[in-house]
Amino acid sequence: MLTNKNLQLNSLGKLQHFLSIEGLQKSLLTEILDTAESFADMSEQQVKKFPLLRGKTIVNLFFENSTRTRATFELAAIRLSADILSMNIATSATSKGESLLDTIRNLEAMQVDMFVVRHSLSGAAHFIAEHAAPHISVINAGDGQHEHPTQAMLDMFTIRRAKKKFSGLRVAIVGDILHSRVARSQIHALNILGAEEVRVIAPKTLLPAQVESLGVTVYHDLTAGLKNIDVIIMLRLQKERMNSALLPSESEYFKCFGLSDDKLKTANKDAIVMHPGPINRGVEISSSVADGPQSVILQQVTNGIAVRMAVMSMAMQSNARGD
Amino acid sequence: MRIEIINGRIIDPSNGVNEQAGLYIEDGKVVAVGNAPEGFVAQTRIDAQGQIVCPGFIDLSARLREPGQIHKASIHSETHAAASAGFTSLCIPPDTKPVIDTPAVIELIKDKAEQCAYAHIYPVAALTQKLAGKELSCMYALKQAGCIAVGHAQAPIQDLLILRRAMEYAATHDLLLMYCPQEQSLSYQGCAHEGAMASRYGLPGIPVAAETIALMQCIELIEHTGCRVHFRGLSSARSVIIVGKAKQLGLPVSADVAMHHLHLTDADMLPYNSHYHVSPPLRSQQDKEALLNGVQNGTIDAICSDHQPHDIDAKLGAFPETEPGMATLETVLPLMLRLVEQGILDLSQGIASLSASPAKILAINAGHLTIGSIADICVFNVNTDWQINGETWQSQGQNTPFWQKNMRGKVTTTIQAGKIIYSQ
Repeated sequence: MLTNKNLQLNSLGKLQHFLSIEGLQKSLLTEILDTAESFADMSEQQVKKFPLLRGKTIVNLFFENSTRTRATFELAAIRLSADILSMNIATSATSKGESLLDTIRNLEAMQVDMFVVRHSLSGAAHFIAEHAAPHISVINAGDGQHEHPTQAMLDMFTIRRAKKKFSGLRVAIVGDILHSRVARSQIHALNILGAEEVRVIAPKTLLPAQVESLGVTVYHDLTAGLKNIDVIIMLRLQKERMNSALLPSESEYFKCFGLSDDKLKTANKDAIVMHPGPINRGVEISSSVADGPQSVILQQVTNGIAVRMAVMSMAMQSNARGD
Repeated sequence: MRIEIINGRIIDPSNGVNEQAGLYIEDGKVVAVGNAPEGFVAQTRIDAQGQIVCPGFIDLSARLREPGQIHKASIHSETHAAASAGFTSLCIPPDTKPVIDTPAVIELIKDKAEQCAYAHIYPVAALTQKLAGKELSCMYALKQAGCIAVGHAQAPIQDLLILRRAMEYAATHDLLLMYCPQEQSLSYQGCAHEGAMASRYGLPGIPVAAETIALMQCIELIEHTGCRVHFRGLSSARSVIIVGKAKQLGLPVSADVAMHHLHLTDADMLPYNSHYHVSPPLRSQQDKEALLNGVQNGTIDAICSDHQPHDIDAKLGAFPETEPGMATLETVLPLMLRLVEQGILDLSQGIASLSASPAKILAINAGHLTIGSIADICVFNVNTDWQINGETWQSQGQNTPFWQKNMRGKVTTTIQAGKIIYSQ
């Protein structure tokens, strides 16, 4: 049974599992960013591989399909010299009726050191961390509509590189907040790191109940919401949202909430444009903005590797030292 | 069998009794309250010094999981747990496997319960065949076989036309409908109260409107059909207002609330702890307070256990995929006593909400200690401290958020129809 104790930290207060941004201290998030910075620096100097996790086995457990998140976790593991096994469970064990716990037990029996988990249900990574053997670290690579903490940290990394600091920053997150685990993690990270204001801009159908309680101000109008904004984060719009009567059409969505050159002008001149990908050109963002000078979308992808290396190495080290 | 219970404080809300007195039982009936009848020689004497003697508790909804899910619990295990918690009668919802939609299933359950000889069972029959929400069940035959009411558990009813016809037909046979208000199209895939906590944890929400819309639709159909309806398990402040208005209109309605909704809110949920996964969901502090008010002022007639024992696997998984429900029979009395301690209810009201009131809703001659009535009796000690653990817990389902928590108040003796079915 779960207790109130923070499942993510070991007895020394170090990161053992990385499940959510919520509940972590500013100092820990800064440590992740600083560690990632050192990996990124070294990678840029053509030193791409480090022996930190030699002999460790990491399993990518993807209960939901993913291309870039899985690929960047794999690359991060390889660059840390770990052995990595990627399992696409969406098409294997659980479809044969095996329970989540049985899948975990079987993999544990193969003597692995870390699970990187993506699952369609909120709380899945939490559940696995709660039930995995104590020497195993769990990294949440996205659980349902809850959190996607490494994505948020690579976004924070990208923002810090572009803007140097968080204090005074006004950030707008635009789009499907309701279903977005990325948005929840970003909101927590920005608030913990001390951003001036976090706004969410979306129609009411794509906002969760009492979203203000997460520490955001709400806008239903993109032009009004982008005023004085330094960072714009566009979220991907899933096509199936039209079928569940959340939106009438892609074109109407673009008219109201799509980021075009005109709308972009409403924000501060030096505003950066971000997107966790994959992007739907012409649905939430126009090609000219996505490929334009203010876009840092591809830098986000690059930064994803360094941030994931940081999180994996920190969690594995706490694990060895922890109880 | 002649039993005397002496030195206890008798609380019998229906008869306005609240005094230190003896209670005398013969041939399964209460024969005297106060002094022993002349020539009465007890075969069993229970000294209830410092304890409360009251009518046995009657529960409006307890799942025993039999037939069909004996890996979760059985009639034997749960009627025994009920007896140990002071319950002498239990209504069981129709969603057994097979569904209670034929006289044969009713007979099977009654036979089994009689063999076990703990708490008495009142089956609630399915409103529609197989609980599929499409065709009416054979309500006349089910009533003949002994169902206490008809209901639909939490299964959806296809549309309002079916509900209307079912209510008309139930009214034809003067059957009570036990209705769990939840509009499926609004609660679909939800697993937590739609509010700040669900938003934080990314859990699909069940809005209050899912309950209130179903309530209002049903109330309009009560006006139309005259069917007697008991609303099971209110969870929101708005629902209390709506039921209050229906009562003001003089409609034949009653309502209950599950005991855990009077103690827990969504803010109490530990992160992804599936023991807090219940349906209807735990709602806000404001909802909890309105429900408590509703119990205080009588808008909510009774308190129910809504007992739902589960096997371990049912609660092992990511929160949304776990099965809803708590095992609750054994926490009802200590949680009722907490309400008394908090000054929300007096002890007599608390006892009535678990005995006289449910009896009135079910229109059964029980829940009181009138001379000549069936001797269904609970004796408990308000000051006994105990911990919920594997030693003390009787239900086969250990799915309670109160596991290893300390409780105050424990049943010492339960008597059903003059027979001691539990003695500590």
